[in-house]
Amino acid sequence: MRAARRIVLPLLVIAALIGAWQVAASNGAIAAALNIEAFLVPSPAEVGSALWDNRALLWENTWVTLREILVGLGCGVLAGILLALPMRFSSLLRDAFFPLAIAAQAIPLVAIGPILLVWFGFGIWPKVILVALATFFPILVTTLDGLRAVDPEAVKMMRTLDASRWAIFCRVEVPTALPSFFSGLKVAAAIAPIVALFAELVGSSSGLMHEIVTDNANLEVARVFAAVVVLMVVGLLLFALATLAERLVVSWR
Amino acid sequence: MEAGAGARDEAGAAVAIEGLSHAFGELEVVAGLDLAVPPHSVLGLVGPSGCGKSTLLEILCGLREPSAGSVAVGGERAAAARLARCAFMPQRDLLLPWYSALDNAALALRNRGLGRAEARRRAGELFGRFGIAGFEGARPDRLSGGMRQRVAFLRTLVAGKPVLALDEPFAALDAITRAEMQEWLAGALREDPRTAVLVSHDVEEALYLCDRVAVLSARPGRVVAELQAPAPRAADRLAAITDPAFVAAREAALRALREGSR
Ligand SMILES: Nc1ncnc2c1ncn2[C@@H]1O[C@H](COP(=O)(O)OP(=O)(O)OP(=O)(O)O)[C@@H](O)[C@H]1O
Ligand SMILES: [Mg+2]
Repeated sequence: MRAARRIVLPLLVIAALIGAWQVAASNGAIAAALNIEAFLVPSPAEVGSALWDNRALLWENTWVTLREILVGLGCGVLAGILLALPMRFSSLLRDAFFPLAIAAQAIPLVAIGPILLVWFGFGIWPKVILVALATFFPILVTTLDGLRAVDPEAVKMMRTLDASRWAIFCRVEVPTALPSFFSGLKVAAAIAPIVALFAELVGSSSGLMHEIVTDNANLEVARVFAAVVVLMVVGLLLFALATLAERLVVSWR
Repeated sequence: MEAGAGARDEAGAAVAIEGLSHAFGELEVVAGLDLAVPPHSVLGLVGPSGCGKSTLLEILCGLREPSAGSVAVGGERAAAARLARCAFMPQRDLLLPWYSALDNAALALRNRGLGRAEARRRAGELFGRFGIAGFEGARPDRLSGGMRQRVAFLRTLVAGKPVLALDEPFAALDAITRAEMQEWLAGALREDPRTAVLVSHDVEEALYLCDRVAVLSARPGRVVAELQAPAPRAADRLAAITDPAFVAAREAALRALREGSR
């Protein structure tokens, strides 16, 4: 009953909002209120047919953007983990490199976007670098915190059970750090699409943001909305995927 | 039990603590302790909270070096040698929540490089004897307090160390379960005798489970009395703890505890 309510209620609210928009858009109320031409305010039905009519183009651009997000996120996660591990094992390395990581995190992405474009061109790499720069830090911080949350008593117990440093790492520290790591992964999954879109905005020859910019310039407003819908689905799927991975891996919570 | 082969090695099982003191910086925790535990006997430690009982067990197990004095386990003083001979059952059961009961029990074997299947098979053989058969696959949060304690004890025994350091093993349990677990531990030690040092805040529990009980004073902990238990680990617990000799020993211990807390 509660589960049904939690699924049905939000769906009803969304359906009602789309319905209201449909009515307001088709009778020209929104356009009138904004004092613009009616064709600039597409109804949900028009957005739907734009989605269908442009499916090949949308799919092509979605694939470009998705690749930027996934490769960038992958690099960011990898960098976060690879930085966290040595910092866990050596306080010397942590003291030496953590300030650097904070500095790298503080790089204004908006400012270096154009530079990366000059250096690496219009391809996937400037996007990957920006996404990785934005996502490695949440992973690094949460993984490091997770590793440090290890119960010292559990470590003592393992030592009297003849555990090597490596066995303690694998059997106690990594499982302890996983819930925290996944919190970081969810944050990273939420910011990666935004950064990828920004990177495309700076300069790109394909991708969903490229399409949005072009369509907007041509006043193809329904297609802009279609791309926005696709992006929402991509964002939701990414977050759902991270949550699912968390449920599967951290099964003891 | 094959994992217990080391326990039969008499010489390796004696504990000798001489002139042992420990301080954390300025804080003197235990002072001038002399205690001996003959092979296969159980020494009880009771004392007020904070008098250094857990610290003493950590030192015994080779997890810490004392500030002064010496601890020998099976004649060896080096921390690494003590670590190799002692198994530590901490104050909380500390079962790892990501492993099943069986995988928790098999930890020591896995740590020594045994394959998962073989380690699980060996640890699994003991579940029946410990009264937890059928719960091998359960995650710790599915187990009752008593069962968790049994799994934690099983994990300690499977390590096959000659000396057991047990830190208030039953403190977290309700009175009925605690009495049950005391009988159960007494039975387990009768079957498979080990040298053990058992910390308890319950004088009755210590006098029932141990051969001798040392009463410690408030911090810095010193031995204020050493009592012989009248009937260690008797099969009939209720008869044993209501026996006049037991009641007298209990009173003596309680008096010593009160004197030492001042
Ligand atoms: N690592 C440490 N660093 C500094 N002080 C410590 C440390 N471990 C314990 N202590 C202090 O040493 C004293 C003795 O601690 P310990 O845990 O050995 O007492 P205990 O007798 O086991 O107490 P309880 O009955 O409450 O378990 C306490 O005052 C505690 O605060
Ligand atoms: Mg203690």
